[in-house]
Formats: sequence, structure tokens, C-alpha cells
Amino acid sequence: MTEILYIMAISALVLSQIKSRERTRMALIKAWKSFENIMPQFLAILVLIGIMLAILTPEQISRMFGQDSGVLGLFFAAMIGSVTLIPGFVAFPLAAALLENGAGYMQIAAFISTLMMVGIVTMPLEITFFGKKATLIRNSAAFVFSLLVAVVMGVLL
Amino acid sequence: MIMRLKIIFMRYKAFVILAMINALMLIFVPETGVQAIRITGRNTLEMLAIIPPIFILLGLLDVWVKRETMVKYMGEGSGKRGMLLGFMMGSVAAGPLYAAFPVAGLLLAKGAKFSNVLIMIGAWSTTKIPLLLFEASALGVEFMVIRLVLNLLGIALIAVFTEKVLSKKEIAGIYGMAQKQVS
Repeated sequence: MTEILYIMAISALVLSQIKSRERTRMALIKAWKSFENIMPQFLAILVLIGIMLAILTPEQISRMFGQDSGVLGLFFAAMIGSVTLIPGFVAFPLAAALLENGAGYMQIAAFISTLMMVGIVTMPLEITFFGKKATLIRNSAAFVFSLLVAVVMGVLL
Repeated sequence: MIMRLKIIFMRYKAFVILAMINALMLIFVPETGVQAIRITGRNTLEMLAIIPPIFILLGLLDVWVKRETMVKYMGEGSGKRGMLLGFMMGSVAAGPLYAAFPVAGLLLAKGAKFSNVLIMIGAWSTTKIPLLLFEASALGVEFMVIRLVLNLLGIALIAVFTEKVLSKKEIAGIYGMAQKQVS
């Protein structure tokens, strides 16, 4: 997918350059500025994720939401999903391994869903664009929704 | 000069503090400290690979797409087409959710409807096509399909709910903030 993004960006850039050099230059300056603008938060988030994931190992996670961890395990899973930020290609195999090690479907669904939709550590960044209230509402709505998804999936699977 | 350094430090304060915590970890719990740096390094590389095309596309969008065009296709009254566009933008994207916020900011600054931007954010977080394939192979097709269907509902629900709860004034404030981010 990253390749497709690069192909899109480069083709757009070439097209833009043919149409107007001046505007292309402006676009690149704007691209750099908007990147530089969020760099402080980006860097802080990256270090924070590194520290958190180093402390929270997969073994610890799986211990917390085993099959008979029930509602408590469900909340644990949703909470861990909310505060951690693991790229998908790491999260899915991790979830599969957790399932094999005896985690319940409901807890795994809560973990995956909150992981994707709720971002506690990235809230400062989200707030710079959406403001405090909208950020809080979006994240809490996503959290509640993830719990619903988990319960439905726990019943279905 | 000192003023400028002070401003730079203030901006990077959170990063500096976290980096110092990580440095302390290296002294007191070396194994965890090293592991943290390793994870940070891996994530940084992953991010650096994704960021250039996203921000170049952002810059080009900013320069070439007129406000009127954005309002027409994604603004108030853009209806289903606006929702679909927001959904597609998020689904073809790559990278973690936090890369979506600057995109959201620009869409808002150009006059896209708030709920359409929220749909983009929702799609970016849960319906990215390559990730779905990956999810199906790791957790099974059944798991992926049920979660996808539920999340499609969720994206719409969360977008509508968030927009409804905020007052007109608060939404206007968000547009104002987006305007400032861009200029």
C-alpha cells in the first residue's frame, strides 16, 4: 500500500510540475511546513510508544485477558488497546498468538477494535486539529462502540 | 537567540522529557531501556517511510484544490457523495491513525463537512484494505468480516454522534483552528 501512495504522490507531483513550477514549489513548502508543525508531537508519541511497549510484553498482555477473564478481561483488553499503539501487521499476529494461548474472542475483539479506533497517547495531536471536546467525544464513543463490537463478536464466534 | 532556543525547547518539551525518562531507564533497567529504543527506532523508520507521500499529497491538495471544489464535493450538502469520498480517502490510506489528523485538518480548512472528515478518520482507523487482508489471514475470514460489518456501522454512528453532540459554535471553533494550522 505504501508503494501505491508513493506512485500517487510522484505522479501528482510530476503533473503539478508540468502545469506550474511555482505552485509545485509552494506545495512542497506547505508539505514541509505541515510536517514540521506536528513534529514535536510525533517525536514524543514515538518515544512514549517505545517505552510503553517495552514495559508491556505480549506475555503480560495474554495473562491479563485469558478465556475466563470475563468482563474484567474485556475491560482490560479494551483499555490496553486504547493506550497502546501497535501497527496492524504486528497486532494481528499478536492477537492470533493470544487466541492460541487461550485468550477469548470477545477480549481479542475488544483489543483489536480499541487499538484501531481509540488513541489515548495520540490525543494531544488529535486535540491540535479537533479541539478537546470533539477529541474526547470521538474517543469515548469509539471505546463504547468497541465494547459493543466485542460482545457481539463474543456471542457470534 | 536565547528566545528562539526557548521557543524550540518549549515545543519539544514532551519529547525531551520522555527521552530523558528513556535515558534513565537505560541506567536503571537497561534491558527494558534498550528494548524501548529498539521499538521507537522501528516505529520511526516505519513512519518515515509513510510520511513523505502523505504530506506531498497534502501540499498538492492544498495548492491545487480550490475551496469551492472541496465544498462542492465534501461540504455541507454534498450528501452521500461526500460521505463516500471521505470513506474512500480513509480506506486507501496507509499508516497509523495519527497520520490522518493533518489530513483531517486540511480537509476542514478547505470546507469539508465535519461528519465527512470524521468518516475519513473512521475509515482510516478500521477499514484499510491491505490490513483487512492481513487480518483475515491472521484471525480468519469470519472474524474479519464480522468486525468489518460492525465497524462500518460504527464509523457512521460515531461520525453522526460526534457532530450532533458538539454545538454549532464548537464546530465553528474547530474550523477556525484548522484554518490557523494551514495558513
